[in-house]
Amino acid sequence: MAGVGGGNDFQWCFSQVKGAIDEDVAEADIISTVEFNYSGDLLATGDKGGRVVIFQREQEGNNRSHSRGEYNVYSTFQSHEPEFDYLKSLEIEEKINKIRWLPQQNAAHFLLSTNDKTIKLWKISERDKRAEGYNLKDENGRLRDPFRITSLRVPVLKPMDLMVEASPRRIFANAHTYHINSISVNSDHETYLSADDLRINLWHLEITDRSFNIVDIKPANMEELTEVITAAECHPNQCNVFVYSSSKGTIRLCDMRASALCDRHSKFFEEPEDPSSRSFFSEIISSISDVKFSHSGRYMMTRDYLSVKVWDLNMESRPVETYQVHEYLRSKLCSLYENDCIFDKFECCWNGSDNAIMTGSYNNFFRMFDRNTRRDITLEASRESSKPRAILKPRKVCTGGKRKKDEISVDSLDFNKKILHTAWHPKENIIAVAATNNLYIFQDKIN
Amino acid sequence: MSSEVEKVKTIEDASAEEQREMEDKVVSPEKVEEAKLKARYPHLGAKPGGSDFLRKRLQKGQKYFDSGDYNMAKAKMKNKQLLSAAADKTEVTGDHIPTPQDLPQRKPSLVASKLAV
Repeated sequence: MAGVGGGNDFQWCFSQVKGAIDEDVAEADIISTVEFNYSGDLLATGDKGGRVVIFQREQEGNNRSHSRGEYNVYSTFQSHEPEFDYLKSLEIEEKINKIRWLPQQNAAHFLLSTNDKTIKLWKISERDKRAEGYNLKDENGRLRDPFRITSLRVPVLKPMDLMVEASPRRIFANAHTYHINSISVNSDHETYLSADDLRINLWHLEITDRSFNIVDIKPANMEELTEVITAAECHPNQCNVFVYSSSKGTIRLCDMRASALCDRHSKFFEEPEDPSSRSFFSEIISSISDVKFSHSGRYMMTRDYLSVKVWDLNMESRPVETYQVHEYLRSKLCSLYENDCIFDKFECCWNGSDNAIMTGSYNNFFRMFDRNTRRDITLEASRESSKPRAILKPRKVCTGGKRKKDEISVDSLDFNKKILHTAWHPKENIIAVAATNNLYIFQDKIN
Repeated sequence: MSSEVEKVKTIEDASAEEQREMEDKVVSPEKVEEAKLKARYPHLGAKPGGSDFLRKRLQKGQKYFDSGDYNMAKAKMKNKQLLSAAADKTEVTGDHIPTPQDLPQRKPSLVASKLAV
């Protein structure tokens, strides 16, 4: 059966699921971000409780030839804690909005994690040796009486059980009045940007007490506010270029060489709208919830409520490809507005070779689109199809009339089961899908 | 005889109009949904993406706390032993004087993530 993501024999299989099975989901356990590192060997998740869990892929070459490397817990730590800003009467959630890995430069791993107000740089390092034979301390760490020391020895390094330590190396605070929605590491590996609803700041990874404001769309009179920044990202190889998307469905590309304050865009991407089809919902569903550059840097992808669009950076007038994620929801917009689901922020991602894209939907469904074959598939993250190496069966939503045997009708969809966060391994066909408090990992079938 | 013909004519007219209405509805499910929403909430403004909506979004997390009121209430409690306030765990706003029981306890999650099991 032809699948999506590569070749005709391609099929997705269940690999692993992490998290509790019980129905009662604690708010803190809801996963809020998922991100592979540059090599794909590490997979980080952040949750509403401010915790980060990092999984590491087991090295292949174990005897079990059937299972490819599995992801097991490598490190976990409390990244952010809840705060209360007494001056502004603002509760600051500990929820991790985004995690972004830095490219690896030495044995340690570094990542940036952010909540609504504060970004932190974490160092994750391994310790597998311990020094023994100190002169001034005995084995228990107690100080030895200096007068009792009659000879000196050189401490020796002895192996110990592997310990993975996470320590906060930088804390970038107090630079955002509004809620941070994005962070993005620049290709120069020295700077990164952080974006909130109205402003974007540029930081140097070494400097925490200063940041440059590069975009400010706050109007002088707040009554004139018409749009907010919803996402921002640095270009993957041009360190002077970044984009930001808005709640009105537009994307602005800025060049930091042009001026210090990039309020004037270099490129403005907007799809023309048919004015006769405009409705109360038009602007809300056009709000872009995620923007991602392709790995090549030639294209970018945007996610709005009902579709995913691929844009060629050389053409601002309209997207080059549009994929419908769940068009059947267009006739449900009234109830989706009432239950606030219309404001859900779905993310999207590219595969390593940029020929496939993936995004989430409701009922724990997620969708994949093959850009070359134009084929699409709907899969489900559920415990029912969670036998090891079980092939995932495509799902189909029936929009009206006769419902076929395996289809599910629009009215039966569970809108509380949202897949907002997904990630695709940078090189292989391995995907991580966050379904509320569970993390699913799927791999391609080994033929 | 002619009245019968007339009756038939008006019926035909009516069904033609219905057909046009149906076509309009088929063309735009969004407009149908909009009509539904306006029927339920007649006071809804025309501009959903307007500044009111955005400002509400920017103010997420706002909880009103007046330390003067809080400390006065705390002092009063020592004398009066207020019991009933605890029953009403609504949002603490300017209308309602916060007492120590009302303020939500914001403790960090000391429990490890269930993903790390």
